[in-house]
Amino acid sequence: MNALEVRGIAKSFGEVEALRGVDLVVGAREFLVVLGPTGAGKTTLLRTIAGLEAPDRGEIALFGASAANTPPAQRDVALVFQNFSLYPSKTVRENLAFPLLAPGRRLAATEIEERVKWAAGLLHIERLLDRPARKLSGGEMQRVAIGRAIVRRPKLFLMDEPLTNLDAKLREELRVELRELARRLETPVVWVTHDSAEALSMADRVAALVEGRILQVGTPEELYFRPVSPVVARQLGSPPMNLVDAKASGGSWRLASGVALGPASPGSPDDARIGFRPEHVDLEGGESEASVEVVEDLGPQRVVVLNWGGVSVHAALSRRTDLHVHQKVRPRVGPEHLVVWPRAH
Amino acid sequence: MRVLRYLVVVLYFLVATAPLVWMGLSSLKHRDDSIRPHANFLPALSAPATPTDPRFEATLAAYRQLGEVHAGAQQSFWSHLGNSVLIGVLSTLASVALGTCCAYGFSRFRVPGAKDWLFFILSTRFLPPLAVVVPVLIMYRTLDLQGTHAGLIVLYTVFNLSLAVWLMKGFLDDIPRAFEEAALVDGYSRAQAFVRVVLPEARTGMAVTAVFCLISAWNEYGFAMTLNSSGAITVPAYFAGLQGNIEGMPWPQIAAGALLFVAPIVVFTVLVRKNLLRGMTFGTIKQ
Repeated sequence: MNALEVRGIAKSFGEVEALRGVDLVVGAREFLVVLGPTGAGKTTLLRTIAGLEAPDRGEIALFGASAANTPPAQRDVALVFQNFSLYPSKTVRENLAFPLLAPGRRLAATEIEERVKWAAGLLHIERLLDRPARKLSGGEMQRVAIGRAIVRRPKLFLMDEPLTNLDAKLREELRVELRELARRLETPVVWVTHDSAEALSMADRVAALVEGRILQVGTPEELYFRPVSPVVARQLGSPPMNLVDAKASGGSWRLASGVALGPASPGSPDDARIGFRPEHVDLEGGESEASVEVVEDLGPQRVVVLNWGGVSVHAALSRRTDLHVHQKVRPRVGPEHLVVWPRAH
Repeated sequence: MRVLRYLVVVLYFLVATAPLVWMGLSSLKHRDDSIRPHANFLPALSAPATPTDPRFEATLAAYRQLGEVHAGAQQSFWSHLGNSVLIGVLSTLASVALGTCCAYGFSRFRVPGAKDWLFFILSTRFLPPLAVVVPVLIMYRTLDLQGTHAGLIVLYTVFNLSLAVWLMKGFLDDIPRAFEEAALVDGYSRAQAFVRVVLPEARTGMAVTAVFCLISAWNEYGFAMTLNSSGAITVPAYFAGLQGNIEGMPWPQIAAGALLFVAPIVVFTVLVRKNLLRGMTFGTIKQ
């Protein structure tokens, strides 16, 4: 049975349409990442699933049952908020126990103590238990916030950019740890983020949400290599996919300047928007010349910006490639790596 | 510049505390000393030889006599203080409780015309309270609330409610919505979340609001004088009522009573002084 089914959810706040008909299915043990830029409606989607917002249209079913009339308290989902983490005046232990003390739950004190310890153990925060929450560091707070979510053993986790406010190193550490934790708890997760690295590294499936609509759902590979539209393409990868306008002429794709990009297969549109990943750009073997404008070292890889027939193109190369600015190269993209979309007029 | 600053502060301190000091000294005097034409301000153990001496014989008699019923009154200071405490505390509790609930509604829910309602609530303070003395008097006479504790409690609650709503709205707006929303998702109902999460976080705000309400109810004079000249008389009205009685004003006892009357307010204010400023800005300070 699917953990979550969202059908045609729409939600407006006054003039602003946050969600414009969202469909989404999350499998029983699936880790689904909703990826989208700021203002795409990600938070609204999570809040609607949690029951904190009532949708204007559409339905939500949790484990096969409609959630339309279920208040948040009875949905048995856990929500980790982006900005809120903890009650500042309570200790870590009290924060962790708070969800278990809800009047409807009727848990024995020993059971609560046991579960708090279990969650603290999973997240390596046992030594923080008696500290007031306001005295924790950002990373510790986020661990406790996630602890608050798992301590209840809910049927579904909803995570609203839980790592966004942390520094890069901690973010990567927690990314791995939380992915592993979700697998161990065998609980489905809806994880919302604008960080494509999180989506690519954590997700079983990714849903690209832009301007209140889901544009594509699929495995990280599908979204990365076969994005359905340029908008989706721009969401994933760093540096993002190169997007250029080209026309099919004489059996090959040509930029406005006449530079050939690669062979056009028969039956393709005349006028197209073409995407290719920076890592698929070779600097040798091409038909036309381009000049190197910027060289940026990013540790394992070297990113260069080329002026290729008047268009800016990113190429990601191995560190060993020796390059300098103004150098002339002959870029080439394998035809199998070109993603072609008809141009909207 | 620094010297000038201190000078201003010291001068102001002297001006501000002089009446209180004089009141304290008066409370230690015999009545004769309190109305002597020559100033006497140095407490001494025995009476000075000449009447022009700045010293006076200190005594605690005035404090002991607070329990006496003076000419011009029906009850002692203590029973009037009891009235003040009862009326002040109950009206403060009512104002804070109602104000907090009302402010929570405005702070968290989409209330149609919320701005207009809030302005209306504030506008009830535009009119000087004394302008409505006569209508209130007539109303209270009809409802038989004149001279009762309930009458003043209701009145002070109503007067302070607008202030309480505005102050509490500021404080509640500062508490992130996510606090309750997390509780809602965690299995609490809206009411439970309000009690378990919002109220504990709003404690300071409620304390500040309570001090403001208490001060205004405690010191209120105009209505206390007009409505409750016969029963449930509060301390300010009691002191005023002693005027023109046949034995003259019992100044040392009044000074002693006034000092005791001021004390609790001073203590409360000192306790929450750090938060008072925040309260006065109506919660406009955001993180």
